[in-house]
Amino acid sequence: MNELPTDLRYSKTHEWARLEDDGTITVGITDHAQDALGDIVFVELPECGRKLAADEPCAVIESVKAASDLYAPVAGEVIAVNAALRDTPEAINNSPYDEGWILRLQPDDPHALDSLLESTAYAQLIADES
Amino acid sequence: MALRTPLYPEHHRLNARFVTFAGWEMPLHYGSQLDEHQAVRRNAGMFDVSHMGQIDVDGPDAKPLLRRLLANDVAKLKTVGKALYTCLLNESGGILDDLIVYLRGPGSYRLVVNAATTAKDFAWLREHAQGGDVEIRHRDELAMIAVQGPQARALALGCLPPEIASFAAELEPFSATQCGSWLVGRTGYTGEDGLEIILPATDATELWRSLHAAGIQPCGLGARDTLRLEAGLNLYGQDMDETTTPFDCGLEWTIAWEPAERAFIGRPTLEAQRIAPRRWAFVGLVLLVDGVMRAGQRVWAEDQAIGIITSGGFAPTLNRSIALARVAPSSGPDCAVEIRGKRLPAQIVKPPLVRHGRILLEL
Repeated sequence: MNELPTDLRYSKTHEWARLEDDGTITVGITDHAQDALGDIVFVELPECGRKLAADEPCAVIESVKAASDLYAPVAGEVIAVNAALRDTPEAINNSPYDEGWILRLQPDDPHALDSLLESTAYAQLIADES
Repeated sequence: MALRTPLYPEHHRLNARFVTFAGWEMPLHYGSQLDEHQAVRRNAGMFDVSHMGQIDVDGPDAKPLLRRLLANDVAKLKTVGKALYTCLLNESGGILDDLIVYLRGPGSYRLVVNAATTAKDFAWLREHAQGGDVEIRHRDELAMIAVQGPQARALALGCLPPEIASFAAELEPFSATQCGSWLVGRTGYTGEDGLEIILPATDATELWRSLHAAGIQPCGLGARDTLRLEAGLNLYGQDMDETTTPFDCGLEWTIAWEPAERAFIGRPTLEAQRIAPRRWAFVGLVLLVDGVMRAGQRVWAEDQAIGIITSGGFAPTLNRSIALARVAPSSGPDCAVEIRGKRLPAQIVKPPLVRHGRILLEL
Protein backbone atom coordinates (compact mmCIF):
# COMPACT_ATOMS: atom_id res chain seq x y z
CA MET A 1 0.00 0.00 0.00
CA ASN A 2 1.36 3.40 -0.95
CA GLU A 3 1.87 6.13 1.62
CA LEU A 4 -0.71 8.93 1.61
CA PRO A 5 -0.21 11.70 4.21
CA THR A 6 -3.46 13.25 5.40
CA ASP A 7 -2.03 16.77 5.80
CA LEU A 8 -1.39 17.22 2.05
CA ARG A 9 -3.67 18.07 -0.86
CA TYR A 10 -3.65 16.12 -4.12
CA SER A 11 -4.31 16.72 -7.80
CA LYS A 12 -6.05 14.34 -10.17
CA THR A 13 -2.75 14.10 -12.06
CA HIS A 14 -0.93 12.64 -9.01
CA GLU A 15 0.88 15.70 -7.65
CA TRP A 16 0.84 16.50 -3.95
CA ALA A 17 0.83 20.08 -2.59
CA ARG A 18 1.76 21.24 0.90
CA LEU A 19 0.95 24.67 2.33
CA GLU A 20 4.03 25.94 4.18
CA ASP A 21 3.93 28.33 7.16
CA ASP A 22 5.05 31.23 4.95
CA GLY A 23 2.13 30.76 2.54
CA THR A 24 4.19 29.09 -0.21
CA ILE A 25 3.25 25.71 -1.64
CA THR A 26 5.63 22.77 -2.04
CA VAL A 27 4.86 20.36 -4.87
CA GLY A 28 5.93 16.79 -5.64
CA ILE A 29 4.52 13.57 -7.01
CA THR A 30 2.70 11.02 -4.91
CA ASP A 31 4.03 7.70 -3.69
CA HIS A 32 1.50 6.06 -6.00
CA ALA A 33 2.86 8.04 -8.97
CA GLN A 34 6.53 7.24 -8.31
CA ASP A 35 5.64 3.59 -7.86
CA ALA A 36 3.87 3.53 -11.22
CA LEU A 37 6.73 5.32 -13.00
CA GLY A 38 9.47 3.02 -11.73
CA ASP A 39 13.06 4.14 -11.13
CA ILE A 40 13.38 7.86 -11.83
CA VAL A 41 16.61 8.76 -13.62
CA PHE A 42 16.28 12.44 -14.56
CA VAL A 43 14.13 15.47 -13.74
CA GLU A 44 13.90 18.51 -15.96
CA LEU A 45 13.16 21.40 -13.59
CA PRO A 46 11.62 24.79 -14.46
CA GLU A 47 13.41 28.13 -14.06
CA CYS A 48 12.82 30.05 -10.86
CA GLY A 49 10.59 33.02 -11.50
CA ARG A 50 8.49 31.26 -14.10
CA LYS A 51 4.77 32.04 -13.79
CA LEU A 52 2.54 29.00 -14.06
CA ALA A 53 -1.16 28.61 -14.73
CA ALA A 54 -3.00 25.86 -12.89
CA ASP A 55 -2.56 22.48 -14.66
CA GLU A 56 0.31 23.82 -16.76
CA PRO A 57 3.09 21.28 -17.47
CA CYS A 58 6.13 22.62 -15.61
CA ALA A 59 8.64 19.80 -15.15
CA VAL A 60 9.43 16.50 -16.81
CA ILE A 61 10.11 13.35 -14.86
CA GLU A 62 12.02 10.72 -16.79
CA SER A 63 11.89 7.20 -15.43
CA VAL A 64 13.42 4.05 -16.84
CA LYS A 65 10.02 3.55 -18.46
CA ALA A 66 8.92 6.89 -19.93
CA ALA A 67 8.85 10.68 -19.67
CA SER A 68 5.98 12.18 -17.67
CA ASP A 69 4.92 15.77 -17.17
CA LEU A 70 4.47 17.38 -13.80
CA TYR A 71 1.46 19.75 -13.79
CA ALA A 72 1.21 22.81 -11.60
CA PRO A 73 -1.54 21.96 -9.08
CA VAL A 74 -2.32 25.67 -8.61
CA ALA A 75 -1.41 28.91 -10.38
CA GLY A 76 1.64 30.77 -9.11
CA GLU A 77 5.28 31.66 -9.50
CA VAL A 78 8.12 29.18 -9.13
CA ILE A 79 10.24 30.41 -6.22
CA ALA A 80 12.44 27.36 -5.67
CA VAL A 81 13.30 24.02 -7.26
CA ASN A 82 14.90 20.98 -5.68
CA ALA A 83 18.32 21.21 -7.33
CA ALA A 84 19.49 18.10 -5.43
CA LEU A 85 17.36 16.04 -7.82
CA ARG A 86 19.92 16.71 -10.54
CA ASP A 87 22.33 14.35 -8.78
CA THR A 88 19.86 12.17 -6.92
CA PRO A 89 16.63 11.87 -8.94
CA GLU A 90 15.99 8.60 -7.07
CA ALA A 91 15.02 10.73 -4.04
CA ILE A 92 11.58 10.91 -5.65
CA ASN A 93 11.32 7.12 -5.43
CA ASN A 94 12.79 6.85 -1.95
CA SER A 95 11.18 9.86 -0.29
CA PRO A 96 8.39 11.25 -2.48
CA TYR A 97 6.91 13.57 0.19
CA ASP A 98 10.13 14.84 1.73
CA GLU A 99 13.56 14.75 0.03
CA GLY A 100 11.85 14.12 -3.31
CA TRP A 101 10.00 17.44 -3.40
CA ILE A 102 10.20 19.04 -6.84
CA LEU A 103 9.35 22.75 -6.70
CA ARG A 104 7.92 25.51 -4.52
CA LEU A 105 5.30 28.01 -5.69
CA GLN A 106 4.11 31.39 -4.48
CA PRO A 107 0.41 30.87 -5.23
CA ASP A 108 -1.57 33.62 -6.97
CA ASP A 109 -4.54 32.80 -4.75
CA PRO A 110 -3.72 31.98 -1.10
CA HIS A 111 -6.80 29.75 -0.93
CA ALA A 112 -6.08 27.90 -4.19
CA LEU A 113 -5.24 24.71 -2.32
CA ASP A 114 -8.89 24.34 -1.30
CA SER A 115 -9.71 23.31 -4.87
CA LEU A 116 -7.48 20.21 -4.61
CA LEU A 117 -8.41 16.76 -3.33
CA GLU A 118 -8.06 15.66 0.27
CA SER A 119 -6.25 12.40 0.89
CA THR A 120 -9.45 10.36 1.19
CA ALA A 121 -10.74 11.64 -2.17
CA TYR A 122 -7.35 10.99 -3.78
CA ALA A 123 -7.27 7.47 -2.34
CA GLN A 124 -10.66 6.92 -3.97
CA LEU A 125 -9.35 8.26 -7.28
CA ILE A 126 -6.45 5.77 -7.25
CA ALA A 127 -8.81 2.94 -6.36
CA ASP A 128 -11.12 3.91 -9.24
CA GLU A 129 -8.21 4.04 -11.69
CA SER A 130 -7.00 0.55 -10.82
CA MET B 1 -7.00 -12.33 -21.69
CA ALA B 2 -3.23 -12.04 -21.59
CA LEU B 3 -1.10 -15.15 -21.86
CA ARG B 4 0.86 -16.21 -18.80
CA THR B 5 4.01 -18.28 -18.50
CA PRO B 6 4.22 -21.24 -16.10
CA LEU B 7 6.22 -18.96 -13.77
CA TYR B 8 3.47 -16.34 -13.44
CA PRO B 9 2.58 -17.43 -9.87
CA GLU B 10 6.26 -17.09 -8.89
CA HIS B 11 6.42 -13.54 -10.27
CA HIS B 12 3.25 -12.70 -8.41
CA ARG B 13 4.68 -14.13 -5.19
CA LEU B 14 7.80 -11.96 -5.70
CA ASN B 15 5.60 -8.82 -6.03
CA ALA B 16 6.46 -8.24 -9.69
CA ARG B 17 5.11 -5.19 -11.47
CA PHE B 18 3.63 -6.60 -14.67
CA VAL B 19 3.59 -5.33 -18.23
CA THR B 20 1.81 -6.74 -21.27
CA PHE B 21 4.39 -7.65 -23.90
CA ALA B 22 3.37 -9.29 -27.20
CA GLY B 23 0.15 -10.45 -25.54
CA TRP B 24 1.95 -11.92 -22.52
CA GLU B 25 1.62 -10.69 -18.96
CA MET B 26 5.30 -10.49 -18.04
CA PRO B 27 7.28 -9.09 -15.09
CA LEU B 28 8.53 -5.55 -15.80
CA HIS B 29 10.50 -5.45 -12.54
CA TYR B 30 10.32 -6.77 -8.99
CA GLY B 31 10.91 -3.45 -7.21
CA SER B 32 13.83 -1.71 -8.90
CA GLN B 33 14.78 -2.10 -12.54
CA LEU B 34 18.11 -0.35 -11.83
CA ASP B 35 19.03 -2.83 -9.07
CA GLU B 36 18.16 -5.73 -11.36
CA HIS B 37 20.33 -4.28 -14.13
CA GLN B 38 23.29 -3.93 -11.75
CA ALA B 39 22.78 -7.45 -10.40
CA VAL B 40 23.34 -8.81 -13.92
CA ARG B 41 26.39 -6.62 -14.58
CA ARG B 42 28.01 -7.37 -11.20
CA ASN B 43 26.71 -10.75 -10.04
CA ALA B 44 23.81 -12.75 -11.50
CA GLY B 45 20.22 -12.23 -12.54
CA MET B 46 17.53 -14.44 -14.04
CA PHE B 47 14.76 -13.77 -16.50
CA ASP B 48 11.64 -15.73 -17.30
CA VAL B 49 11.69 -15.80 -21.11
CA SER B 50 9.14 -18.57 -21.51
CA HIS B 51 7.08 -16.26 -23.70
CA MET B 52 9.65 -16.76 -26.47
CA GLY B 53 8.76 -19.33 -29.10
CA GLN B 54 10.45 -22.72 -29.35
CA ILE B 55 10.03 -24.31 -32.76
CA ASP B 56 11.54 -27.69 -33.66
CA VAL B 57 12.34 -28.50 -37.28
CA ASP B 58 13.10 -32.19 -37.77
CA GLY B 59 13.50 -34.57 -40.68
CA PRO B 60 15.62 -35.35 -43.72
CA ASP B 61 14.57 -32.05 -45.33
CA ALA B 62 15.10 -29.89 -42.24
CA LYS B 63 18.58 -28.76 -43.23
CA PRO B 64 17.76 -27.85 -46.86
CA LEU B 65 14.61 -26.04 -45.64
CA LEU B 66 16.53 -23.92 -43.12
CA ARG B 67 19.31 -23.25 -45.62
CA ARG B 68 16.63 -21.80 -47.89
CA LEU B 69 14.78 -19.81 -45.17
CA LEU B 70 17.57 -18.39 -43.01
CA ALA B 71 20.04 -15.70 -44.07
CA ASN B 72 22.78 -17.31 -42.01
CA ASP B 73 23.74 -20.85 -43.00
CA VAL B 74 22.90 -23.79 -40.74
CA ALA B 75 25.52 -25.79 -42.66
CA LYS B 76 28.01 -23.94 -40.41
CA LEU B 77 26.64 -25.96 -37.48
CA LYS B 78 29.06 -28.88 -37.56
CA THR B 79 28.68 -30.33 -34.08
CA VAL B 80 25.55 -31.12 -32.10
CA GLY B 81 24.68 -28.34 -29.67
CA LYS B 82 26.21 -25.49 -31.69
CA ALA B 83 24.05 -22.39 -32.12
CA LEU B 84 23.77 -19.69 -34.77
CA TYR B 85 22.18 -16.23 -34.71
CA THR B 86 20.30 -15.41 -37.88
CA CYS B 87 17.59 -13.38 -39.55
CA LEU B 88 14.52 -14.89 -41.17
CA LEU B 89 13.81 -12.79 -44.27
CA ASN B 90 10.88 -12.27 -46.59
CA GLU B 91 11.22 -12.21 -50.39
CA SER B 92 12.22 -8.53 -50.39
CA GLY B 93 14.91 -9.01 -47.76
CA GLY B 94 12.79 -7.54 -44.96
CA ILE B 95 13.34 -9.10 -41.54
CA LEU B 96 10.48 -11.37 -40.46
CA ASP B 97 12.33 -12.23 -37.26
CA ASP B 98 15.72 -12.70 -35.66
CA LEU B 99 16.34 -16.00 -33.93
CA ILE B 100 18.81 -18.48 -32.54
CA VAL B 101 18.95 -21.92 -34.14
CA TYR B 102 20.54 -24.87 -32.33
CA LEU B 103 21.65 -28.10 -33.99
CA ARG B 104 20.05 -30.81 -31.83
CA GLY B 105 21.15 -33.77 -33.90
CA PRO B 106 21.45 -34.83 -37.54
CA GLY B 107 18.47 -33.23 -39.32
CA SER B 108 17.16 -31.86 -36.03
CA TYR B 109 17.01 -28.15 -35.17
CA ARG B 110 15.55 -25.94 -32.44
CA LEU B 111 14.62 -22.36 -33.30
CA VAL B 112 14.16 -19.87 -30.46
CA VAL B 113 12.12 -16.98 -31.83
CA ASN B 114 10.54 -13.77 -30.55
CA ALA B 115 7.24 -13.98 -28.70
CA ALA B 116 5.43 -11.50 -30.94
CA THR B 117 6.45 -13.34 -34.10
CA THR B 118 6.07 -16.98 -33.05
CA ALA B 119 2.75 -17.57 -34.81
CA LYS B 120 3.93 -15.76 -37.96
CA ASP B 121 7.21 -17.70 -38.06
CA PHE B 122 5.47 -21.00 -37.48
CA ALA B 123 3.05 -20.36 -40.35
CA TRP B 124 5.94 -19.24 -42.61
CA LEU B 125 7.98 -22.37 -41.83
CA ARG B 126 4.98 -24.64 -42.39
CA GLU B 127 4.10 -22.95 -45.67
CA HIS B 128 7.63 -23.34 -47.05
CA ALA B 129 7.97 -26.90 -45.75
CA GLN B 130 4.99 -28.13 -47.72
CA GLY B 131 5.71 -31.32 -49.64
CA GLY B 132 9.01 -31.84 -47.82
CA ASP B 133 9.95 -34.63 -45.46
CA VAL B 134 10.12 -32.42 -42.39
CA GLU B 135 8.14 -32.02 -39.21
CA ILE B 136 7.63 -28.58 -37.65
CA ARG B 137 6.43 -28.39 -34.08
CA HIS B 138 5.72 -25.48 -31.76
CA ARG B 139 7.06 -26.69 -28.41
CA ASP B 140 4.76 -24.60 -26.23
CA GLU B 141 5.04 -27.14 -23.41
CA LEU B 142 8.56 -25.81 -22.75
CA ALA B 143 9.65 -22.96 -20.49
CA MET B 144 12.87 -20.95 -20.66
CA ILE B 145 14.92 -19.20 -17.99
CA ALA B 146 17.91 -17.02 -18.86
CA VAL B 147 20.56 -16.73 -16.12
CA GLN B 148 23.01 -13.92 -16.83
CA GLY B 149 25.96 -12.21 -15.19
CA PRO B 150 29.59 -12.85 -14.23
CA GLN B 151 28.54 -15.30 -11.49
CA ALA B 152 25.55 -16.73 -13.39
CA ARG B 153 27.08 -20.00 -14.55
CA ALA B 154 28.81 -20.75 -11.27
CA LEU B 155 25.60 -20.20 -9.29
CA ALA B 156 23.25 -21.89 -11.76
CA LEU B 157 25.24 -25.09 -12.29
CA GLY B 158 24.44 -26.34 -8.80
CA CYS B 159 20.73 -25.98 -9.53
CA LEU B 160 20.73 -28.10 -12.68
CA PRO B 161 20.01 -31.84 -12.73
CA PRO B 162 23.37 -33.58 -12.15
CA GLU B 163 23.21 -35.45 -15.47
CA ILE B 164 23.23 -32.11 -17.35
CA ALA B 165 25.28 -29.92 -14.97
CA SER B 166 28.63 -31.55 -15.75
CA PHE B 167 28.14 -30.95 -19.48
CA ALA B 168 26.77 -27.43 -18.91
CA ALA B 169 29.93 -26.59 -16.95
CA GLU B 170 32.09 -27.28 -20.01
CA LEU B 171 30.04 -25.37 -22.60
CA GLU B 172 31.78 -23.10 -25.06
CA PRO B 173 30.07 -19.78 -25.83
CA PHE B 174 27.15 -20.18 -28.24
CA SER B 175 26.74 -23.89 -27.75
CA ALA B 176 24.33 -26.07 -25.84
CA THR B 177 23.93 -29.44 -24.19
CA GLN B 178 20.76 -31.53 -24.04
CA CYS B 179 19.25 -34.15 -21.79
CA GLY B 180 15.69 -35.33 -22.29
CA SER B 181 13.58 -32.22 -22.88
CA TRP B 182 16.21 -29.98 -21.28
CA LEU B 183 18.49 -27.84 -23.41
CA VAL B 184 21.07 -25.61 -21.73
CA GLY B 185 22.92 -23.12 -23.93
CA ARG B 186 25.71 -20.66 -23.15
CA THR B 187 23.86 -17.79 -24.76
CA GLY B 188 22.05 -14.65 -23.70
CA TYR B 189 20.85 -11.17 -24.47
CA THR B 190 22.62 -8.98 -21.92
CA GLY B 191 26.28 -8.73 -22.95
CA GLU B 192 27.26 -10.92 -19.99
CA ASP B 193 28.20 -14.56 -19.70
CA GLY B 194 25.41 -16.91 -18.74
CA LEU B 195 23.09 -19.75 -19.61
CA GLU B 196 19.70 -20.03 -21.24
CA ILE B 197 17.86 -23.02 -19.86
CA ILE B 198 15.02 -24.58 -21.83
CA LEU B 199 13.08 -27.12 -19.84
CA PRO B 200 9.65 -28.70 -19.46
CA ALA B 201 7.14 -26.15 -18.11
CA THR B 202 6.35 -28.60 -15.31
CA ASP B 203 9.96 -28.32 -14.02
CA ALA B 204 10.20 -24.53 -14.30
CA THR B 205 8.95 -23.54 -10.84
CA GLU B 206 11.34 -25.86 -9.02
CA LEU B 207 14.32 -24.58 -11.01
CA TRP B 208 13.29 -20.93 -10.58
CA ARG B 209 13.06 -21.33 -6.79
CA SER B 210 16.35 -23.16 -6.66
CA LEU B 211 18.10 -20.42 -8.70
CA HIS B 212 16.59 -17.78 -6.44
CA ALA B 213 17.76 -19.64 -3.35
CA ALA B 214 21.26 -19.76 -4.88
CA GLY B 215 21.31 -15.95 -4.78
CA ILE B 216 20.32 -15.13 -8.36
CA GLN B 217 18.25 -11.94 -8.61
CA PRO B 218 14.91 -12.20 -10.46
CA CYS B 219 14.90 -9.56 -13.23
CA GLY B 220 12.09 -8.22 -15.39
CA LEU B 221 11.78 -7.14 -19.00
CA GLY B 222 12.76 -3.58 -18.01
CA ALA B 223 16.30 -4.59 -17.05
CA ARG B 224 16.46 -6.96 -20.00
CA ASP B 225 15.87 -3.98 -22.28
CA THR B 226 18.53 -1.69 -20.74
CA LEU B 227 21.05 -4.54 -20.62
CA ARG B 228 20.61 -5.41 -24.28
CA LEU B 229 20.68 -1.73 -25.24
CA GLU B 230 24.05 -1.26 -23.52
CA ALA B 231 25.27 -4.46 -25.19
CA GLY B 232 24.22 -3.08 -28.61
CA LEU B 233 21.80 -5.93 -29.29
CA ASN B 234 18.82 -5.28 -31.52
CA LEU B 235 15.22 -5.75 -30.44
CA TYR B 236 12.84 -7.07 -33.06
CA GLY B 237 9.89 -4.77 -33.76
CA GLN B 238 11.90 -1.78 -32.59
CA ASP B 239 15.34 -1.71 -34.24
CA MET B 240 14.21 -3.88 -37.14
CA ASP B 241 11.08 -5.20 -38.77
CA GLU B 242 9.78 -6.30 -42.16
CA THR B 243 10.58 -2.88 -43.67
CA THR B 244 14.29 -3.11 -42.80
CA THR B 245 16.93 -5.45 -44.19
CA PRO B 246 19.99 -6.66 -42.24
CA PHE B 247 21.95 -3.80 -43.86
CA ASP B 248 19.68 -1.22 -42.23
CA CYS B 249 20.12 -2.44 -38.67
CA GLY B 250 23.73 -3.51 -38.32
CA LEU B 251 23.12 -7.21 -38.96
CA GLU B 252 25.05 -7.51 -42.21
CA TRP B 253 27.53 -9.78 -40.37
CA THR B 254 24.82 -12.42 -39.92
CA ILE B 255 24.38 -12.96 -43.67
CA ALA B 256 26.19 -16.03 -44.99
CA TRP B 257 27.19 -15.07 -48.55
CA GLU B 258 29.16 -18.26 -49.14
CA PRO B 259 28.48 -20.60 -50.78
CA ALA B 260 27.32 -18.25 -53.53
CA GLU B 261 24.93 -20.84 -54.94
CA ARG B 262 22.86 -21.06 -51.72
CA ALA B 263 19.58 -19.47 -52.80
CA PHE B 264 18.04 -18.27 -49.52
CA ILE B 265 14.87 -16.20 -49.46
CA GLY B 266 15.71 -12.50 -49.72
CA ARG B 267 19.14 -13.11 -51.25
CA PRO B 268 18.54 -11.24 -54.57
CA THR B 269 17.55 -8.05 -52.68
CA LEU B 270 20.53 -8.31 -50.36
CA GLU B 271 22.91 -8.91 -53.27
CA ALA B 272 21.62 -5.71 -54.88
CA GLN B 273 21.94 -3.75 -51.62
CA ARG B 274 25.43 -5.13 -51.10
CA ILE B 275 26.80 -3.34 -54.16
CA ALA B 276 24.57 -0.23 -53.90
CA PRO B 277 25.39 2.78 -51.67
CA ARG B 278 24.13 2.16 -48.13
CA ARG B 279 20.73 3.61 -47.24
CA TRP B 280 21.51 3.89 -43.55
CA ALA B 281 24.19 3.47 -40.97
CA PHE B 282 23.06 1.75 -37.79
CA VAL B 283 24.86 3.42 -34.89
CA GLY B 284 24.97 3.96 -31.18
CA LEU B 285 24.32 7.37 -29.63
CA VAL B 286 25.43 8.83 -26.33
CA LEU B 287 23.70 11.91 -24.97
CA LEU B 288 26.29 14.41 -23.77
CA VAL B 289 23.96 16.27 -21.39
CA ASP B 290 21.23 15.32 -18.91
CA GLY B 291 18.08 13.86 -20.41
CA VAL B 292 16.78 10.58 -21.77
CA MET B 293 16.66 9.63 -25.45
CA ARG B 294 13.67 7.56 -26.55
CA ALA B 295 12.64 5.64 -29.65
CA GLY B 296 11.20 7.83 -32.40
CA GLN B 297 13.22 10.95 -31.59
CA ARG B 298 14.90 12.67 -34.50
CA VAL B 299 18.68 12.94 -34.93
CA TRP B 300 20.17 16.14 -36.34
CA ALA B 301 23.55 17.21 -37.69
CA GLU B 302 24.10 20.88 -38.45
CA ASP B 303 20.55 21.77 -39.50
CA GLN B 304 19.79 18.53 -41.30
CA ALA B 305 17.59 15.76 -39.94
CA ILE B 306 19.87 12.75 -40.45
CA GLY B 307 17.96 9.92 -38.85
CA ILE B 308 15.83 8.48 -36.13
CA ILE B 309 16.31 6.69 -32.80
CA THR B 310 15.05 3.10 -32.88
CA SER B 311 15.73 2.30 -29.20
CA GLY B 312 16.72 4.67 -26.44
CA GLY B 313 16.81 4.92 -22.71
CA PHE B 314 18.87 5.42 -19.60
CA ALA B 315 21.96 3.21 -19.40
CA PRO B 316 22.55 2.37 -15.72
CA THR B 317 26.13 1.15 -16.25
CA LEU B 318 27.07 4.40 -18.01
CA ASN B 319 24.82 6.62 -15.86
CA ARG B 320 23.69 8.51 -18.95
CA SER B 321 21.30 8.07 -21.83
CA ILE B 322 22.22 5.94 -24.84
CA ALA B 323 20.38 4.89 -27.98
CA LEU B 324 20.50 2.90 -31.18
CA ALA B 325 19.67 4.88 -34.31
CA ARG B 326 19.40 4.71 -38.07
CA VAL B 327 21.23 7.68 -39.57
CA ALA B 328 22.50 8.79 -42.96
CA PRO B 329 25.72 6.96 -43.93
CA SER B 330 29.02 8.62 -42.89
CA SER B 331 27.35 10.83 -40.29
CA GLY B 332 29.00 12.12 -37.20
CA PRO B 333 30.43 11.88 -34.72
CA ASP B 334 28.80 15.13 -33.58
CA CYS B 335 25.03 15.29 -33.70
CA ALA B 336 21.99 16.43 -31.74
CA VAL B 337 18.86 14.63 -30.62
CA GLU B 338 15.52 16.39 -30.53
CA ILE B 339 13.88 15.88 -27.16
CA ARG B 340 10.64 17.78 -26.51
CA GLY B 341 11.47 20.40 -29.12
CA LYS B 342 15.04 21.00 -27.91
CA ARG B 343 18.12 19.75 -29.74
CA LEU B 344 20.55 18.30 -27.22
CA PRO B 345 24.17 17.45 -28.07
CA ALA B 346 24.94 13.78 -28.65
CA GLN B 347 27.73 11.73 -30.14
CA ILE B 348 27.62 8.87 -32.62
CA VAL B 349 29.50 5.84 -31.28
CA LYS B 350 30.00 2.23 -32.26
CA PRO B 351 27.95 -0.32 -30.29
CA PRO B 352 28.32 -2.31 -28.07
CA LEU B 353 28.88 0.14 -25.23
CA VAL B 354 29.14 -2.45 -22.45
CA ARG B 355 30.40 -6.05 -22.58
CA HIS B 356 31.25 -8.38 -19.71
CA GLY B 357 30.75 -5.62 -17.16
CA ARG B 358 33.22 -3.32 -18.90
CA ILE B 359 32.40 0.08 -20.35
CA LEU B 360 33.74 0.19 -23.92
CA LEU B 361 33.05 3.85 -24.45
CA GLU B 362 35.58 6.64 -24.57
CA LEU B 363 34.23 10.15 -24.98
